[in-house]
Amino acid sequence: MSALATPALETQMLCKAFGALTVADDINFRLEQGARHALIGPNGAGKTTFVNMLTGALPSSSGRIFMNGEDITTMSQAARTQRGLGRTFQITSLFRSLPALDNVAMGIAEREGVALRMWKPASGYSAIRDEAMSHLEKMGLRDEALTVVRDLPYGKQRLIEIAIALGLKPKALLLDEPAAGVPSIESGRILDVLAELPKDIAILIIEHDMELVFRFAERITVLVQGAVLTEGAPDQIANDQRVRDVYLGEGGHD
Amino acid sequence: MQAFLSSLVSVLFHGVAYGMILYVISVGLSVTMGLMGFVNLAHGVFAMAGGLLLSTAMGRYGVPFPLALLLAFVVVAVASVVLERLLYSKLYSAGELPQVLFTMGLIFMSIAVARYLYGTQAAPLFLPDYLKGQIPLFGRDFPTFRVVLIIFSGLIVAALWFGVERTRWGAMVRAAVDNRDMAQSVGINTNRLFMLTFALGSGLAGLGGALGSDILPVQSTYPLENLVYFMIVVAVGGLGSLSGPFIAALLIGIADTATKYWLPELGAFLIYAATIAVLLWRPQGLFGVRS
Amino acid sequence: MMHSGGYARGSRIGVLEILPWLVAIAAFFLLPEYLSLGARILIFILFTLSLDLILGYAGIITLGHSVFLGLGAYTAGILSVKAGIHDPFLQLIAGAAIGAGFGAITGAVVLRTKDLTQLMLTLAIAAIMMEVGNKANWLTGGADGLPGVQVNPLFGVFEFDFIGKTGYVYCLVVLFIVWFFVRRMVYSPFGAMLTGIRENTARMHALGAPVYKRLLVVYTISAGIAGIAGVLLTQTTQSVGLNVLSFEIAGDVLVMLILGGVGRIYGAFVGPTVYLIAHDELAKQFPEYWSFGVGFLLLIVVFFARGGILGLIDKISARVRKS
Repeated sequence: MSALATPALETQMLCKAFGALTVADDINFRLEQGARHALIGPNGAGKTTFVNMLTGALPSSSGRIFMNGEDITTMSQAARTQRGLGRTFQITSLFRSLPALDNVAMGIAEREGVALRMWKPASGYSAIRDEAMSHLEKMGLRDEALTVVRDLPYGKQRLIEIAIALGLKPKALLLDEPAAGVPSIESGRILDVLAELPKDIAILIIEHDMELVFRFAERITVLVQGAVLTEGAPDQIANDQRVRDVYLGEGGHD
Repeated sequence: MQAFLSSLVSVLFHGVAYGMILYVISVGLSVTMGLMGFVNLAHGVFAMAGGLLLSTAMGRYGVPFPLALLLAFVVVAVASVVLERLLYSKLYSAGELPQVLFTMGLIFMSIAVARYLYGTQAAPLFLPDYLKGQIPLFGRDFPTFRVVLIIFSGLIVAALWFGVERTRWGAMVRAAVDNRDMAQSVGINTNRLFMLTFALGSGLAGLGGALGSDILPVQSTYPLENLVYFMIVVAVGGLGSLSGPFIAALLIGIADTATKYWLPELGAFLIYAATIAVLLWRPQGLFGVRS
Repeated sequence: MMHSGGYARGSRIGVLEILPWLVAIAAFFLLPEYLSLGARILIFILFTLSLDLILGYAGIITLGHSVFLGLGAYTAGILSVKAGIHDPFLQLIAGAAIGAGFGAITGAVVLRTKDLTQLMLTLAIAAIMMEVGNKANWLTGGADGLPGVQVNPLFGVFEFDFIGKTGYVYCLVVLFIVWFFVRRMVYSPFGAMLTGIRENTARMHALGAPVYKRLLVVYTISAGIAGIAGVLLTQTTQSVGLNVLSFEIAGDVLVMLILGGVGRIYGAFVGPTVYLIAHDELAKQFPEYWSFGVGFLLLIVVFFARGGILGLIDKISARVRKS
C-alpha cells in the first residue's frame, strides 16, 4: 500500500496532562494500513497512556485521533471497538472464572451483535463457538478451550488476550506488552503467533523486549517523557545515538 | 410576623442541636470510609451502644452523668478496636458486598442485644438536676440540656479540627486519605493509623449517641432507623472530609426540624430528594476529596 | 463452579433442577396446613431471584430492592381498593409494568454512578418511596396500608380460599413461568454477557459492549420480576402494608440470597425456603434471639462460607468425590 493511503490510525497534536504533569506531549503519529509498528521508550514514557487514549479508555486533554480517516477523538470505547480497533492489556485482563472458549466467544458475540439475545442458549450459537475455537487453535490452545482461565499458566493467558482481540476482527490492533511477565521459554510461542497474524491488520506493539521488537517491527517510534523522540526503520533506530542514550544505554529492560 | 420569628428561632435552635449530634456521630464514619474505603453500615451500632451505656450506667449503677458520658466514649472506642482487629480488618480488600453484609450482620445482632436489655422501649435518659429546666437567653427560655449539648458538641468539633489540622496524627490521617500507598511508602504505619482513627471515630459516635439520646431515642431499631441519615451526612458532605459533613449535618438538622415544624405532611421527603439531587450533581459529595 | 451457562457448557435441564418443583408439589399434598407459608416462600423465591439477576449476575449492590416489591404490592392493592379492578392477571401485568418502569427510570440514574454513591442512591430512593407510602394517605392508606384487597377467582373458577390452596398453586405457576424465562436468559448470550460485566467490566468495555445500557436492561427486567412478586404478596394476603417498602425487607432479601448462594439460580430457591421456615418456627418464640441469629449467620457466611448453603454443598461433595 502506498504511504499516501489513509492511515489506520493517526493522531495529531495529542496531549494528556494530569494537573501539572504532562504525560503525552503533542504526539503526531501514523499507523499505516497493515503496518508492523513498535512503540518503545523507557518506563514512564507514557506508552500505555498513549494506548489508552487511542482506545478511548482515557480521554485526551487536547489534539485529535483519526481512524481510517474518521475523527474518533470523542467516541466511546465501545464505538471505537465496533469500528475495528482492538487491543490487548499490559496486565492480563480476562474473565478469570470462565473457560477460555467463553473469553473469546464473548467478544465475537459483541461483534456479531447477539449479546442482547435472551432466549436461545449461548452454547447453541455454534458459529460463534466454532470461530472462538479456531482462534484458540491458532494459539495452540485447542486442548485448553474448556479450562477455566485462572487455572492456566500465565503465558497461555497472554495468548488468550491475543485470541480475544482477534475475535473482534480488528482493522487495527494495539498490543500492550504481549510478552510481559512471560518466562522466556514460553515467549517464543508468542513471537510465532505474532509473526502469523493476518497481514491486513495494522499492528502497533508496545514492548520492552528489544529482541522481539527488532524481529517483529518494520517501523519503530521512540517515546520519551510523553513526546516522540524519533521514528524510523529498525536499523535506523538501533544506530541512533539519542535512542541509545535514553533507552538502550540503560540496559534495555525495565 | 412575631410568631414566625419566634418559631424560626426555635427551629434554628433545635435544628442546630440536632445537626451537631448528627455530626458528632457521623464524622467518624466519614473519616473511616474515606481512609479505609470500608462501607460501614454499622456505624449507628456504636452510637446506640453509647446511648445504652449511658442509660445503663446511670440507671442501674448510679454513675454520675459526666462520668457515664466518658464511659460511653471510652468503652465504645475500646470495643470498636477489638472489632476492627478481629473482623473489620479481614475485609479491607474484600470488596463492597462482604462489607455490606458483615456490617448488616452487626446491625441485626446489636438490635437483638438492645431488645434484650430494654425490650421495645427506648432506654431512659436520666438527666442530672442541673441539666433539667430552662435557661433564659436573649429574653427567651431554652431547654438547658440542649444549650449545653450545642456548646459541648461545639467544643468537641473544635478539638477535633485542631487535632486533624495541627497534630502529627492529623497530618498522617490527611496524608493517608489523600494517598494511602504514598503514606505507607514514607513510613506511616497505616494499620495502626486505621486502628486509632477507627477507635476515635467510633468513640465519638458512642459519645454522640449518648449525648443525643434526647433527640434520637435509643431504642432497638436505632441503627437501622438512623442509618439513612448518618449515611446521608457522609455521602452529601463528602468522604474523607471534616468540614463537608459538618455543613451537611447542620443543613440536615435544620431542614429536618423545619419540615417537621412547618410541613409535617412531607416528612423526610424533601431531605431524601435533596440528597438524590446532590449525589447526581456531585457524586463525590459537596466537599468530597475523592471522586 | 459458581458460574452456569455460557458458550462452552450445555444448557440441558439437569435432574437436580426438577427437585425443587417436586418438593413444591409434594408440599401441596402433604402439608395442607402450611400452604400460606408455602405461598410466601414461593413469592420470596421470586423476589430473591430478581435480586440475584442484578446482584449475582450483574454485580450491582442495592440496598433498595424492596422498592420494586413495594410498587408491585401497592399497584395490586390500589387497583383493587381504589379502582375496583379485581382481575388477578390485570393486576399482575400492571404490577410488572410499573415495577419495570420505575426500574428503568431509577436505573437510568443509579447505574450512572458506582460504589458508595450507587449504594447511597438505592438507599435514598428506598427511603423516599417509604416516605411516599407513609404520607400519601389518600392513595396508600398511610401507616394503616390497604386492607380488604379483593381478587376475582382465577379464570372465573378458582377462588382465593383462606387456607391458601388456590394462592399456592397460582404462585407456583407464576414462579415456574418466571423461572423458565430467567433460566433461558441466564444461559443465553445475554446471561453470559452479564457474567462478563460482573467479572471484568473494563474488559467488556474493550470488547465494545455498551455496559451501561446492558445494565439498564437487566435492572429493568429485575424490577419487573420484583413487581410481580409484590402483586402476588398482595393477592395472597389480600392486603398491603407499609412493611413491603421497608429496609427490613430489603435486608431480608439480601440475607436470603446470600444464605442460599449468590449468582446461581437455585441459591434463590434454597435461601428463602430455609430462612422463612426458620423464621416461622423461631421468630415468634424468640424474637430477640432471632435477629441475633440472623446477624450471626451473616457473619458466618461472610467469613466462612461466601458461597452460601449451595456453595457449602459444592465444597462438601467435591471433597467426598476426592476421597
